[in-house]
Amino acid sequence: MSRIIVVTSGKGGVGKTTTSAAFAMGLAMKGYKTAVIDFDVGLRNLDLIMGCERRVVYDFVNVINGEATLNQALIRDKRRDNLSILPASQTRDKESLTQEGVERVLNELSETFEYIVCDSPAGIERGATLAMYFADDAVVVTNPEVSSVRDSDRMLGILASKSRRAEQGLEPIKEYLLLTRYSPERVRLGEMLSVADVQDILSLHLLGVIPESKSVLSASNSGTPVTLDEKSDAGQAYRDVVRRYLGERVPHRFVEEEKKGLFSRLFGG
Amino acid sequence: MPPQATDPSASVALEIKSGSVNLLTLKLADGDLDRVAKQLTEKVQNAPEFFRNAPVVIELGALNTRQSTLDFERLSALLRSLGLSPVGVRGGHGALNQGAESAGLAVLAERVETPAREAPKAAVPKAEATLTTLGGGSRVIDQPVRSGQRLYAAGGDLIVLAPVSAGAELLADGNIHIYSSLRGRALAGVQGNLSSRIFCLDLQAELIAIGGHYQISENLEESIRGKPVQVFLRDGALIIEDL
Repeated sequence: MSRIIVVTSGKGGVGKTTTSAAFAMGLAMKGYKTAVIDFDVGLRNLDLIMGCERRVVYDFVNVINGEATLNQALIRDKRRDNLSILPASQTRDKESLTQEGVERVLNELSETFEYIVCDSPAGIERGATLAMYFADDAVVVTNPEVSSVRDSDRMLGILASKSRRAEQGLEPIKEYLLLTRYSPERVRLGEMLSVADVQDILSLHLLGVIPESKSVLSASNSGTPVTLDEKSDAGQAYRDVVRRYLGERVPHRFVEEEKKGLFSRLFGG
Repeated sequence: MPPQATDPSASVALEIKSGSVNLLTLKLADGDLDRVAKQLTEKVQNAPEFFRNAPVVIELGALNTRQSTLDFERLSALLRSLGLSPVGVRGGHGALNQGAESAGLAVLAERVETPAREAPKAAVPKAEATLTTLGGGSRVIDQPVRSGQRLYAAGGDLIVLAPVSAGAELLADGNIHIYSSLRGRALAGVQGNLSSRIFCLDLQAELIAIGGHYQISENLEESIRGKPVQVFLRDGALIIEDL
């Protein structure tokens, strides 16, 4: 039985694709057969973050239209052979996605994969609603600022009312909060909402806090999911997130400001 | 062993439960049954589907001071001939009730006369809202109400046990209760029930309204923000009071 996870947010630029790539890689590193699908038709990015942009031949829309088989379109990750990527089409728009088509592709993927991660586009239109429609779990990516929090809240409302689980009266989608680009220092200065503020507004189970980190940008630029970067704080945070998702009890890190040692204070480290 | 267990004829054939139902009320302003017959016939002809086989309660309150008797047999026959089904009367005085009973109509208890109403009236003047007579339309919500969601309790109270986010909207014909934070909008008595109220444990609302009288967040006093409050109307003014 496979599990479908949607990575969503409402707002753009909060780290959905970074999270989808890092989360899918994290699940694969734990040994699970994982597929990650780019639902952002027309604004294809996941392939770049996953570092497979030069290997795209067929895409999600080709499979939906029957122009290619799923196996032709799936790109197997070179670092982890239990991880596959289904890229979005760059030349179409989101109207090319149909509910029946998406359902067929997801059903076919569930025959092979244990986890299917759906990277949702921003917004609350067709691409985003189809990405979450068949989900079992939702990771709601939120930045610690008011507009992102409100958009996440809106997305949670849609998850609760317009998904397959909601429409068929099944057990509701499990919703998790993932706070990204978090900077304890800026929270202290009052420039950012704190974890507690965000949780108070969204009243949601906290899956993890990803610190604002330069390693995320360099990981994106090099096409390496940040989970693979053992030394980076963001990479470690994503590993924790995957472990928590899989049911392990892992204490939250990167929530408090790091105490600077004497040397780093003296030398501005 | 109890004897019922061996006797099949003694298995449960019925169950008595109490419940509330919504009924049409026919409010008699006049005891002249000729006029009643004429006007009622017109009304039923205008909307025959709405009235078909509808159970009806006859409200006698307006007749109490005018007359001591009424031909209930004739009234019942009239209602039946129009396809309605009279079930009882309410609001009448002793003699009227007796007449109704002997015509086979039930005399329904009048809620207005229950003592529960008196206590709050004495404590808070003009507290009519404490006993809304709204029936089965109430809704209970135990999930957070998210931005962009809109919930409406038609004909009753809306009771929310989780936070209401900014950008969410609650509407009710009756009262609105929020046992958590209210950050969105709450509009009680949207069909014009001016005695409805809003209760919440943490007021951070964008907008609160009762029967169309509203106040926006900007005009809320700082002293009541974030507090448990009730909101009601007094002389056309929205009053926000600590709970």
